[in-house]
Amino acid sequence: MNAAETPMVKAEAVSKSYGSNTVLRSISLEVKRGEVLCLVGPSGSGKSTFLRCINHLETVSTGRLSVDGQLVGYRQHGDKIYELHPKEAAKQRRDIGMVFQRFNLFPHMTAVENVMLAPTLLKKGLPKSQAKARALELLARVGLAERSDYYPSQLSGGQQQRVAIARALAMEPKLMLFDEPTSALDPELVGEVLEVMKELAKSGMTMIVVTHEMGFAREVADTLVFMDGGVVVESGDPREVLSNPQHQRTKAFLSKVL
Amino acid sequence: MSDMPSRPAGSETPPAGSGTDTPPEAIKAIKLRHPWRMVLAVVLIVLVVLFVVDAAVNRPVYNWTEVGKYLFDTRVVEAAGYTLQLTVYSMVIAIILGIVLAVMRLSPNPVVKSVAWVYLWLFRGTPVYVQLVFWGLIGVIYKSIDIGLPGSEPWLSITTSDLLSYFALAVIGLALNEAAYMAEIVRAGLLAVDRGQEEAATALGLGWWHTMSRVILPQAMRVIIPPTGNEVISMLKTTSLVIAVPFTLELFTRTSDIAAKTYQPVPMLIVASIWYLAITSILMVGQYYLEKHYAKGIDQRPAVQQPTVETSAVAAVDTEVPPSNHHAGGGA
Repeated sequence: MNAAETPMVKAEAVSKSYGSNTVLRSISLEVKRGEVLCLVGPSGSGKSTFLRCINHLETVSTGRLSVDGQLVGYRQHGDKIYELHPKEAAKQRRDIGMVFQRFNLFPHMTAVENVMLAPTLLKKGLPKSQAKARALELLARVGLAERSDYYPSQLSGGQQQRVAIARALAMEPKLMLFDEPTSALDPELVGEVLEVMKELAKSGMTMIVVTHEMGFAREVADTLVFMDGGVVVESGDPREVLSNPQHQRTKAFLSKVL
Repeated sequence: MSDMPSRPAGSETPPAGSGTDTPPEAIKAIKLRHPWRMVLAVVLIVLVVLFVVDAAVNRPVYNWTEVGKYLFDTRVVEAAGYTLQLTVYSMVIAIILGIVLAVMRLSPNPVVKSVAWVYLWLFRGTPVYVQLVFWGLIGVIYKSIDIGLPGSEPWLSITTSDLLSYFALAVIGLALNEAAYMAEIVRAGLLAVDRGQEEAATALGLGWWHTMSRVILPQAMRVIIPPTGNEVISMLKTTSLVIAVPFTLELFTRTSDIAAKTYQPVPMLIVASIWYLAITSILMVGQYYLEKHYAKGIDQRPAVQQPTVETSAVAAVDTEVPPSNHHAGGGA
């Protein structure tokens, strides 16, 4: 395609270390608009850390990471790179939705209040009634229209995670990050969350999903990336990687989870 | 694949549990008896009655008529009002300042952090009585408050004793001391909120202020309120120390003054105690409602176990539609 087609996420030799402990080693990858990328690998392989770098919850130690052509957490001026003010970093994050393993819903707010909080506070000039209507729409989209007035503690894990997805969508992000969204769920509740995510993928949302759900990865992902020990071991078409892994470590991992 | 041994059609099997019309009977068990509770209660009641009768009949020093005479004496009622004002004003200031100090202590800025630490060290490390005496002497130490550049004529100069009454000094003294304790209570509350909450708020693009005021603090309140209630009640009684300033119109000093004239200290002590107890009781009711307000979303969990509209819909779809290839199940 043409040069204007900047990738949604571009990582070039991204590394991250805490002191002497290196958790990411020279990760390079690209996610195009509308693409779904699944990150799989054993725990401690750095997949969650990488995900958290993308919206600057963690800072990258070396390399460059950009979202929609913009450097994450920094601003470039000539060859100098400046740290972003927290306010600017916050602004950057508004375009990136994130869903956590442990939902992290705000327990003192109802489902609809959770969803409308960020738009009410951050979108200037948006009347509250409109924010609420929009929040209810989003809840309906994740199948929870009837639960809008429930507090998180009154919802099942699967329902909470769907509210969390609706909350992340409320700021109309161009990229969604999922950090093991189904790992804290009872097995019978996993399906309803994956169903919502499939819908989202179908609607053209760019998504990066850290997951252990190989079925989901096979069906929905455009690219599957297998990470271990902070490096990308193997990546490619999910069906290809899952059925015919090239690398020994990938084989060993998949034989345990499939 | 349509001839899979799929689930039988819904009309064949009645849903489980719908066979019987009457609900199962509750267990009728003979209640376990606790005879010693009764014995203990009776013994205590007898002791209390004996004490009350004795106090009413055999102890003239209590002088109950004197208690009745002074309980609603204008001076006493006014003094109770001052005590309540001292408590409320100093606690309001202490809570606000305490929140500020707690946030300062958790700040990543080392300068701000040290300022809060030194404040706590100073105000927790010295007795409140000593601090109150100091505040009383502030007009002597700093005769006037000047605003201007050092070494030049001040633009504005106010005599300290004109600006600050003994009442104001009492409030300042109590509030600044209490703020140090409130800071620790608030800090404990802030630290008790799950880290994931801050992360979720940050990921939504909320700034620090919104994260604190809308997400972290409201949840911290649940942890902060019970010990703060404790502090309020403690403050109510600490106000009896403001004689150190000297502010003399609050409850304890006022009743002591009256007792000094009537030569009957005991009835006036009882009068003061009754007022302290009454105010404490009112404050406890307030605390109950505050706690209830901030428990929102925490102690409710009725509907969790019931099937939801949408999950039962999923189940219905599951039984009617034969499984097809495109319908790949979620949990692989």
